[in-house]
Order: sequence, then structure tokens, then C-alpha cells
Amino acid sequence: MSTEKTIATETVSAAEQVTTYPDLERPEKFTQENLGWVPWLEPLAVEKFTERHWDGVVDRRRAESPYFALLARDPEVLGARTRTDNDIFYNTKGGLPRAERELAAAATSRLNGCVFCASVHARFASHHSRRPDDVQQLLDEGVGADLGPRWNAVVAASVALTRTPVGFGEQEVRDLREQGLDDLEIADLVHGAAFFNWANRLMLSLGEPENPAKS
Amino acid sequence: MTPLTTPAGPATDVRTDPGSPGYGGIVEPADVVDHLLGVRPGDRLDQIRAARPEARANAQKAYEALFHPVDDSQISVAERLAVATFVVGLHGSEDLRDYYATRLAAVGGGSGYVVVGAVDEEVARARGNGPYGIYREPGLAPESRPGPSFEAAAEAVLGGRLSAALEHAQLLVLRPREATPEALDRLLTKGWSTTGIVTLSQLVAFLAFQVRVVHGLRQLAAAGSEGAR
Repeated sequence: MSTEKTIATETVSAAEQVTTYPDLERPEKFTQENLGWVPWLEPLAVEKFTERHWDGVVDRRRAESPYFALLARDPEVLGARTRTDNDIFYNTKGGLPRAERELAAAATSRLNGCVFCASVHARFASHHSRRPDDVQQLLDEGVGADLGPRWNAVVAASVALTRTPVGFGEQEVRDLREQGLDDLEIADLVHGAAFFNWANRLMLSLGEPENPAKS
Repeated sequence: MTPLTTPAGPATDVRTDPGSPGYGGIVEPADVVDHLLGVRPGDRLDQIRAARPEARANAQKAYEALFHPVDDSQISVAERLAVATFVVGLHGSEDLRDYYATRLAAVGGGSGYVVVGAVDEEVARARGNGPYGIYREPGLAPESRPGPSFEAAAEAVLGGRLSAALEHAQLLVLRPREATPEALDRLLTKGWSTTGIVTLSQLVAFLAFQVRVVHGLRQLAAAGSEGAR
């Protein structure tokens, strides 16, 4: 069942009510597949977007995504969120390799239980590292998977940062330095894991993932 | 599709008024994270943060958007500060708790201190070690780690709307994998609008980020310079 079709059959104004999807094809576990995501609350309709909302989505194409169109209901926070995200993950002037920023995002999502976020960032980690089997092992076995000393240190630090109360400390910093990470690289890891503690909570609580349509 | 019909009621049961942007004369730092970390121009953390200038600037902009909002019609500044005090309290972050509690205490001409006391008591009751919870995905059932949910006790002080927000915040902070559409429906029945829920969710999620940036960078600074190993 496609999401679009579901929404098209809705006749009551859904603005102030919750939507559920009884027939949704849900993922059974963590995966690197290209999942969809459906919102439990009604996104802001594109016709209602003002300049404030367009500025909030940063990239206009994002208005087509139900996730970003829902978050556009608070455009100032969304705009700041997206610009924070972009600099943490895409600013490659020095710092941690892209693959390991994505590994931190995937490990954080794995521990928090965000199947959707983990799918996206596991794919990115696989792409940038060319280690899809190791990334899959993280998804299958969890954050205790043995991925070699450097990735183990990155995952362990992400896990410590993700726990509440936050556990990251001297031991994690020392382990990362032993694996050759300098201060900016460690700061990138801190930001990557911290950011996914932001993103996971939105993705997990405002909607849910669905399997890709079978071809 | 099954709509859970719940008309949103008015937000009438909040016991404090929104504070002025200055929170009763408390001066807002130019950058909250730098302020909490005691960053000085040119020091090691300043240099590290300067390498990611957009992340630094926009983490601050997110703070300003949440606590000095353009539109506070769906969630008041007093409610935001109460939720913030609760969320950072759940994380056991003393400096951030003091930061937000001081501002909460100042709202409503100083009457916010009553709410601070109530929130601190809720924190003591709600605390736990996260993340835990039962997975919605059947293949992950063996990894489910059941744990307590949270029901606010101080509704007489906090009101039904804010009590519901704290209960939702406990879900998001400690057991986000247990989030459900029914949890959103509970907020709607307690008077939250769809837009208000989006801001509330961003608020809790942003604070989970801010706590970790402050903690992580402080630990990095405390571990000494990289040349020292």
C-alpha cells in the first residue's frame, strides 16, 4: 500500500489528529535498504508555506518529504537543525573521515533503536568506507559487534555519548587517540553522535518507517 | 488509516506566564555552549569549535528559536523552560539544569520557582538509565529491554498540559524506541496542537543534543592536549 494513496483517501481534516497505518509494510529489523517514512501527524501543506517555511527547509526539494514538511511547522528550529546537521556531516575541511561520521550516526541510531535513521546512515557509512559487510555486522549484532580496533573505538564512543546519563569520558578519549584521532576528529565524532541523539528522537516519535515498495 | 479523533483544547492550565525575552533580567550569553564550557577566545575548544562554524552558529540559533521564539502561541516560553529543566535534569547534567532552572524561576515575575521545585521532584521520580524499551520491530524483540514509563505526580502545580509534556519528554529521553502514535494522541487530548507537538519534540531532541555536545567537548578538553599522550 503506497503512502500517497493512503493520504488521498483521507476525507476528514487531519491537522489536529493522529494518523495510523494499519496495513503498513513495516521493517522487521535493522536494514541497509532504502526505507520510506510515514508521519503520524499532518505535515504542513506546501500551499501554506510562506518565506519563513521555505527558509526553514533550507533546500526547497525537502518540502516534498513528509518528515521535513512536518518539521516545517516550526521553521526556525528546522532551519537551524538542518544547517547544524550539514556542517557536522558535510564540512570536510579537516576532521573525521566522512565514513566514520556516518558510522557514529549509524551506531547512535542502532543503540537508540531508530531503524529508519540507521538504514540511511548505514548505507552512507558503507558507501564511504567500502566496508558494507562490517556495517551490516553492526546492524545485525548491535553495538557490541567486533569491527576492528578503530571502528570499535568509534562505536564505543558513540555508545557512551548516547547513553543517558552520558557516559563518554577519559577512557573513550584515550582509546580514540590511540587509534590516531586528533582533537578535531574526536570533536566531529562527539557532534555526529550528539546530532543523532537529536534526529533519532524526532524520527522515532513523529512517524515510522516502511519497507520499500516491492518491484 | 485510522484517525484517532481528538480535538485539541485550549492551553488554559499553565500556572506560569511566559517570561519576557530577558527572563527577568538574566543576561543571555552570546553562545550558550561556549558559556557553559567557559570557552575563551583562541583557546583549544575555541579553535575546535571554529572549525565547524555553521554547526556552532546554528546550535545557538536553535537555542534562540526554542527559547526566544518568533511564535509562542502553541507552546509558551514558561512551558519550554519547564520541559528543558526536566530534560537536562533527566540527563543528570547539573550545569545545564542550573542554567534552565534559573531562567524558569525568573518567569512570571519570579513565580516560576514553584515550577522549578515541582520539576525537580518529577526528575527524581523519572530518572533512569537509557536508552531502554520494547522494540516495535518483531525481529528485534530479543533486544527489548522493558523499563518504567513515567506519570507526573505534581499536576496540581504543573497543570495537565505540562504534566503530559513531561511524560512525553521521559519517553523521548529514555525510551525513544517505544514512541507510538498513541503517545501523540495523549498530547492532543491534553490540549497540545500538532504544531505545538512538533516544537515540543524539537525541544526535547535538541536538548539531548546540547547536553551531549557540552559533555563531550568538556571531556575532550579535560583529557588534556593531544600532544600530551
